[in-house]
Amino acid sequence: MSEILTPEEIIKKGELVFKKTKFMTDANLSYCPGCGHGVAHRITMEVIEEMGIGEQTIGVAPVGCSVLAYDFMNIDMQQAAHGRAPAVATGIKRVFPEKYVFTYQGDGDLAAIGTNETIHACNRAENIVIIFINNGIYGMTGGQMAPTTLEGMKSSTSPYGRDVSTMGHPIKITEMVAMLPGVCYATRHAVHKPGLVRKAKKAIRKAFENQRDKKGTSIVEIVSNCNSGWKMTPVDANIWLEENMLPVFPLGDIKG
Amino acid sequence: MEEVKLMKGNEAVAEAAIREGVDGYFGYPITPQSEVIEYLMLEEPHKRTGMVVLQAESEIAAINMVYGAAACGKKAMTSSSSPGISLKQEGISYMAGAELPCLIVNVVRGGPGLGTIQPSQADYFQSVKGGGHGDYKLIVLAPASVQEMSDFVEDAFVLAFKYRNPAMILSDGLIGQMMEKVKLKPQKERLTEKEIREKYDSWATIGKKETRERNIITSLELKSERQEKHNDKLQAKYREIEKNEVRYEKINCENADYLLVAYGSSARICQKTIQLGKEKGINIGLIRPITLWPFPSDVINEAADKVKGILSVELNAGQMVEDVKLAVNGKIKVEHFGRYGGMIHSPDEVLEALEQKIIK
Ligand SMILES: Cc1ncc(C[n+]2csc(CCOP(=O)(O)OP(=O)(O)O)c2C)c(N)n1
Ligand code: SF4
Ligand SMILES: [Mg+2]
Repeated sequence: MSEILTPEEIIKKGELVFKKTKFMTDANLSYCPGCGHGVAHRITMEVIEEMGIGEQTIGVAPVGCSVLAYDFMNIDMQQAAHGRAPAVATGIKRVFPEKYVFTYQGDGDLAAIGTNETIHACNRAENIVIIFINNGIYGMTGGQMAPTTLEGMKSSTSPYGRDVSTMGHPIKITEMVAMLPGVCYATRHAVHKPGLVRKAKKAIRKAFENQRDKKGTSIVEIVSNCNSGWKMTPVDANIWLEENMLPVFPLGDIKG
Repeated sequence: MEEVKLMKGNEAVAEAAIREGVDGYFGYPITPQSEVIEYLMLEEPHKRTGMVVLQAESEIAAINMVYGAAACGKKAMTSSSSPGISLKQEGISYMAGAELPCLIVNVVRGGPGLGTIQPSQADYFQSVKGGGHGDYKLIVLAPASVQEMSDFVEDAFVLAFKYRNPAMILSDGLIGQMMEKVKLKPQKERLTEKEIREKYDSWATIGKKETRERNIITSLELKSERQEKHNDKLQAKYREIEKNEVRYEKINCENADYLLVAYGSSARICQKTIQLGKEKGINIGLIRPITLWPFPSDVINEAADKVKGILSVELNAGQMVEDVKLAVNGKIKVEHFGRYGGMIHSPDEVLEALEQKIIK
């Protein structure tokens, strides 16, 4: 059996392969173990560090499990009302066009209560980045049905499964906004496997580069598990995500 | 050289906003205040000062754009009329909670519901008692002329930034639509990013420099003990505003036997009632609250010692009268008179009401 090194010993040997970005705080993440929010936070902040734009970036986190993103993201942050982040980001970007502005929104936030703000910010080609965490459920409030909840999927407000004849269909909002001329980049990713994390990070980087180049709105959807809301173990949740979420929400670029 | 122009109240607000050095206006059309955004769009203030004007997709979006801009230490404002102001309440509550300065102009129309597009003062409660959810206060200024529509833009921003609190100009369709001479203020420079950093770096989200902690704009506090502390701070601020910022006008109050309390367009009507009273040998005074919150309670309380009765004259079914009664605390008779639903009382009707409800 090979010897187990302490972190100090690893650093001494010059074999440091990973370091937490300085744009993540030292606060313990409040997310459930295995939840995708933490990874999505990290890769977003890594991109900000790698692009050297931390001093000029303002993040907007509306209501959802990530409402406390400002505890973890070590940049200037605004907390927004449920659904209103794209309008708040518009306000920031219009008066400070030279800043980098991003929103970090859940599916209930972006595709239900905030649909209007989402569509119109995209339609005005607001030069912002939208990071959209689609976990098919309202995580924060305890697992109610979201606009993205799959057909037949159980939640606390669809306890017998989502009946699309009365409850509507899972909404593909990224495809919808991709139709708008204001959107320069619409793409869907996942973060439950290392390879996918790397791809998602590249997409986020491209989105911020679009903002730098004043190309319009970029939306990066991340299909993520909500193991607590789905009432599964993290491992089962990721398997379920692959088998059920991804056929409805296929990964890859939709536009740009 | 002094610049004097003939303008509508709504246009005066818009022009005053440009001259105040406002950074962003975000609005959605609604009668009787659409002239504010129309004037701004026509005037192209981005060419004059760099001011941004944006027609939002809704009043909800507009107030949230104000939130985002204000949280960057910028001067941001919106305007609307009653139904639109109702939609803004969530955002206003968030701004009060997050202690963000801004200006909201309400050119009130008659309600409830879609109501009428005619003038009204039926949004008094909504404006001075909070309006949205939670314990909070707006600083509320009530103009009674087109000149004050213009002047109060600067006053509102001064107060909003002094206390980091949203301020409102509570006008109505009459003041918004009528034309009067306005003395315009000189153009102020918009603040540069450097100036904003110098003034507001302790709270504004303008990008975290290595030299300071990150700034967070939020109204959320999951721990009740801390939320209570935050509310304590807000309440202390409100007491401070009540102590320092009460504004009112007293007209003909020396030797008056009866007192009218009225604000905005209703106060203008009451001035004519004072004349009509004189002709009949009735000596009437008028207290015109200029700040509706903080309310001039002490002034009204003192005045109550010297008169026989008070009539609160409002374009509504009786709202400010509750604050007048609280101020008077039962010392003398206080009654309400007012037309509503977009109807406006005449000076004679006010005198008649005074005679019937108070003098008789
Ligand atoms: C106006 C308003 N309505 C409802 C809520 C309650 N609420 C908070 S978060 C949330 C749903 C969040 O779901 P989602 O956006 O998908 O984020 P997640 O927690 O799943 O990451 C709801 C309904 C609220 N805070 N404000
Ligand atoms: S409830 Fe769901 S979305 Fe929220 S932290 Fe837990 S797993 Fe993540
Ligand atoms: Mg969700």
